[in-house]
Amino acid sequence: MHTAAGSQARLPIRSDMDLVWVRQHVRQAAAQLGFGLVDQTKLVTAASELARNTLVYGGGGTMETEPLVEGTTHGLRLTFSDDGPGIPDLEQALSDGFTSGDGLGMGLGGARRLVHEFGIESAPGSGTTVRVTSWVGRPPRPREES
Amino acid sequence: MPEEAEGTAAVPTREIRDFLRRRREQIAQRWSDEPVFRTVFTLSRDEAVEAGKAVVDALAQVADAARVEDPDAAGFTAVREQLARMGAARSRAGLSTAQVSSELAALRPPVENLLVSDLPEDATAEHVRACVTTLSVLMGTLRVVVMQTALSEGQALIDRQRLQLLEVATPVIKLWDGIVAVPLIGTLDSARSQVVMETLLESVVEQQARYAILDITGVPTVDSLVAQHLMKTVAAARLMGAECIVSGIRPAIAQTMVHLGLDLGTVVTRASLADALGYVLHQLGVGIVTPGTNGAVAR
Repeated sequence: MHTAAGSQARLPIRSDMDLVWVRQHVRQAAAQLGFGLVDQTKLVTAASELARNTLVYGGGGTMETEPLVEGTTHGLRLTFSDDGPGIPDLEQALSDGFTSGDGLGMGLGGARRLVHEFGIESAPGSGTTVRVTSWVGRPPRPREES
Repeated sequence: MPEEAEGTAAVPTREIRDFLRRRREQIAQRWSDEPVFRTVFTLSRDEAVEAGKAVVDALAQVADAARVEDPDAAGFTAVREQLARMGAARSRAGLSTAQVSSELAALRPPVENLLVSDLPEDATAEHVRACVTTLSVLMGTLRVVVMQTALSEGQALIDRQRLQLLEVATPVIKLWDGIVAVPLIGTLDSARSQVVMETLLESVVEQQARYAILDITGVPTVDSLVAQHLMKTVAAARLMGAECIVSGIRPAIAQTMVHLGLDLGTVVTRASLADALGYVLHQLGVGIVTPGTNGAVAR
């Protein structure tokens, strides 16, 4: 695995202004890798949700972007990490409509549906890391039955 | 002991003060050739020299107060604005902060040379060193003052622009009797959505509007927070008796919203502002007739 077009970057998520920068950066990186408009929008929206979670619930953190190549397919991996309180019940956090704040509770579960690969590591007291990956031109993941 | 220490420290600052006052003219002349003066005061050389004199006077006053290390010394007050102008002009010319800083550093050697040649020949090496050190500290403080002023100017500018954005980006347009529209542009964060809601509700009252169209063509990303803001705005408008229509939902946004699981529920949505206007006119019973035909009714 080696890096493709665009370069690896690490962005701080400390304020509302940083969220704007995160969205613009992801949009540019995705466009550069050849993502179509719909996939760009999906990835940017997922990044926006996850970055906001990092800011609001994790108390700030970072986002890392990493372009990927697999055969002839390009992809983009985004890693959001924070040193916040962590998530006690991942199953519950991923379910739609659940929120520990005053949001809609669609962020985490919604972001999972917007990307191809979704991984989350969290435990109370040890922060949260969310890793999402999308590939250019791959059909969307079938929706799981819930 | 403390008095003694203060006594020896005070001698170089007094000496520097006297030196600056004595050589005011020459220092200003030499400075006027330095980029930071020459390129800012372009009207005439005299203008640059005058500006230089003002800075020398300020430095002398700071030395007089024996506060060479203090960027907040009263002496700098008179020239703070001028220094800010110089710093800002150089930044505007495309120089980085480091470059501006080194241009300011270039002001020191001419003064230092003058000082060394000005000291009496029988001065002890220690005395010379003390004087040069004091001057260096003073010039360093001047640099700090300029950079500080430039930075706070920058912050003030950012704050002003943020306020301007809040105001400028939310015009409410009257499209027809009883129909208002808000074209939303850019990032819809909490602060801006608050302003949007306020201006929209005010105009609903003012225009006695029964329909309000929120157009999100200019919003690049609709995530759950943006959707929440939209729904709150719609709910508030509804409480005031106005029905809201959300228009300008592009295909990519529509697909993303579905995947995200966002449901605007009972909110009427349309693809474009024109569609939304057509829908509202129809609701109001207003038809649009094309001349020459027997009358086509708006969708």
